[in-house]
Amino acid sequence: MKSAHGNSNVTELLARAQALHHDLRFENVRAWKERNGGLAVGYLPVYVPRELLWAMNVLPVGVVGGGDQVEIIRGDAYYQSYICHLPRSTIELGLNGALDVLDGVLFPATCDVIRNLSGMWMMQFPDKYVHYLDVPQDFDTGVGGAFYRHELLEIAGALEARGARPLTDAALRAAIAAYDANRREIEALYELRRREPWKVPTHELYLVLKAGLVLPVDEHTMMLEDYRRLVIRDDARRPLDQARMLITGSFCEQPPIGLIKTLERAGCYIVDDDLVAVHRWIRGDVASLAPGQPPLDALVEAFLRNGVPSAIRYIDQDKKGRDLVERVRASGAEGVVFCAASFCDPALLDQPMLVGALDAAGIPWTSFKYAENTGQFQVIREQAGTFADSIKLWSGA
Amino acid sequence: MSMANPTTSKRPPAEARKDESQERQKRMIGEHFHELARAPQTGRKCAYTFVPGNLTELLRSFDVLPVLPEINALQSGMRGKSRDYIALAEKLGHSEDVCTYVKCDVGMLRSGNVGPTGERLPNPDLLLLSYTGCFTFLKWFEILAQEYDCPVVMLHVPYQGDGKITDAMRKYVVDQLRSKVIPAFEKITGRAYDEDLLKEHLARSARAEDDLVWVLESAKHKPSPIDAYFGGVYYIGPIFSAFRGTEAAIGYYKELRAEVEERLREGRGPVIPDGELEHEKYRVVVEGPPNWTSFREFWKMFTDEGAVVVASTYTKVGGVYDFGFRHDPSRPLETLAEYCMGCYTNLNFPSRVDMLSRYVREYSADGFLINSVKSCNSFSAGQLMILREVEKRTGRPGGFVESDLVDPRYFSASNIKNRLESYFQMIAQRRGSDAGPTAGPTAGMTAGGAR
Repeated sequence: MKSAHGNSNVTELLARAQALHHDLRFENVRAWKERNGGLAVGYLPVYVPRELLWAMNVLPVGVVGGGDQVEIIRGDAYYQSYICHLPRSTIELGLNGALDVLDGVLFPATCDVIRNLSGMWMMQFPDKYVHYLDVPQDFDTGVGGAFYRHELLEIAGALEARGARPLTDAALRAAIAAYDANRREIEALYELRRREPWKVPTHELYLVLKAGLVLPVDEHTMMLEDYRRLVIRDDARRPLDQARMLITGSFCEQPPIGLIKTLERAGCYIVDDDLVAVHRWIRGDVASLAPGQPPLDALVEAFLRNGVPSAIRYIDQDKKGRDLVERVRASGAEGVVFCAASFCDPALLDQPMLVGALDAAGIPWTSFKYAENTGQFQVIREQAGTFADSIKLWSGA
Repeated sequence: MSMANPTTSKRPPAEARKDESQERQKRMIGEHFHELARAPQTGRKCAYTFVPGNLTELLRSFDVLPVLPEINALQSGMRGKSRDYIALAEKLGHSEDVCTYVKCDVGMLRSGNVGPTGERLPNPDLLLLSYTGCFTFLKWFEILAQEYDCPVVMLHVPYQGDGKITDAMRKYVVDQLRSKVIPAFEKITGRAYDEDLLKEHLARSARAEDDLVWVLESAKHKPSPIDAYFGGVYYIGPIFSAFRGTEAAIGYYKELRAEVEERLREGRGPVIPDGELEHEKYRVVVEGPPNWTSFREFWKMFTDEGAVVVASTYTKVGGVYDFGFRHDPSRPLETLAEYCMGCYTNLNFPSRVDMLSRYVREYSADGFLINSVKSCNSFSAGQLMILREVEKRTGRPGGFVESDLVDPRYFSASNIKNRLESYFQMIAQRRGSDAGPTAGPTAGMTAGGAR
């Protein structure tokens, strides 16, 4: 039986998600632009308020590098060996024309590498819209909020000047509603995975989440709904004797899908993660955050109040690692896998603090690093397998 | 290339010929660390903070002493302590991939927090996280916040992503100063904010800044009376650390300027580790921080070739003053905000390329060199593009070497020396094949040297 949105089985749906994942020419984006006449604006990890773009009929397009599919020819001429892989493959995509379809790119304040890439992009692609989105590290509405609000209006003004629809409250409310629906559906999938991880293997979820980087939000929400409905019905998905793991540190440069599969084959159920983090960067609905106020205020409040604790967000009053421990408890994870990109300053500088919190809470952990184009997983498989076995054999359960 | 040193004088070694300003600076810094060491007894409050975006005048107006972990780390590097400190931090779980300043600081802290003068540094009464131009600062103070039982106050300084300071950016910083930073100082000191006192400090800053800029710009002359990178890091010492806004800084820069004026009158080259450079053979601009663990060895690789650094970007990390900015006492908080946002690593890439290109032209440089340090993504990410862009704009050759701030494992002396020698040979060959940079409108400034 076909679902309401046209996907008759998981295989078909995942094949579509996989095709989008492999399409580094962004043909889907090109087709959307031809159909809708809107602009398409890329964004680097981790977070941009996509609602703002969508309200202006601008398709937000997640740019997360070339993964393991792009041969780096010119990108290495831009970066030393001790810089992470994401920017060199992103430059490669820019130079080989793959990103020509984008009318601009937003570079959010994630780290110094992405920050510097914004200026490099300005010089390399002077005709494109380029903006460094400086998100506040002060979370008071009147201070950091005022600054952030101004940033968003600047972006809206610049996009309008390039032909986007003017930003209106009505359109922004509709966009916020669309992304709220998307967030709810993603949360439902994560909840299903926490409850029955065998129903939602993470290598599948990962593809479905990645599809959301290039699909219009409504279309992506339908894909998520279809996927959830289909896997719930799929009785062939049976529990295995796996250890429940939370993986963390992969919020920016994304691991190759082979690495996710390796962890699962090594005996891990991934029951929480920070993959493709833009989708879950805001917790809960945005629409309800500033009742009676302009919707832009709600978007600002969402960032200030409901942004997830992360390595790239200053923790003011809170204790480092508290959120991670809570997520371990909430997800029923039996251990934590620190899985960060090599040379990822935010994740790697954060790690000793998080380790301290886990140790204090008696939660076992292991760690390794990857690059988006890592191709050899044997060592990781052995390490993860040993870790999973040790949990199964010696945990108190 | 000869290992002899034909370009330096046979005068007595540097230790015997230190300029009076150097001695004065040494005394100033020594006294500062001694004051810090005695703080637990005297009751003076201390704030840990960073060089870029430092608010020294504000701290001084509350009679708070600054402690700068970057300075401690580089001092540890120069004193041969950083290797063990970094090893200790890595043993504690800090990644080999991340900033070695952070690891050096963590290792130093865990080893007793003994400063460069051999005295123990006080624990902070406040961690002032001036998040300016470097993401790692944020993580660094999160790490320190776990080590100390003291408040942390964040000053988020927005990046000049579009190459300019907007009203919204300025307001954001001023709002944080008013609503967060100043109240934090009031709380730890029990004093009320005294804007008049702050203005007095800011007025003194501007006087010292005038003299610093004069000194740095003296390198436009030929021969240059200073080395604006290796020597420059000494010149920026007081104003980038604890002394901006003090009479001591005014005195230091006045004296330094007088010394440089004298050198200029006499047509002398810069003070270098072996004495004095007599024959300026190459003039280069340098981008990136120095290596601290082999500082003198690195410097000597330049002086052995007769190379003088006439301008550098590293000497602008704690403030860019040579394009006109001065602390303005009539707008105390706004001027602090503009200072913070104007620090070098807070400038976007096109601005950095513009600055380097301008230095190459205005200082009549033969070329420019990038010392790309593994630790510092803020500086290093994208420097290969800077290399190409500045070459394209100026027509002068760029060189590229790699090292690290304070991790001696990443200083490969033979590799760096080979590259530098090849680089200077290339400049020499270019001179042979065309008129080269010695010709042109600035050649008239030459006041001696080997050309």
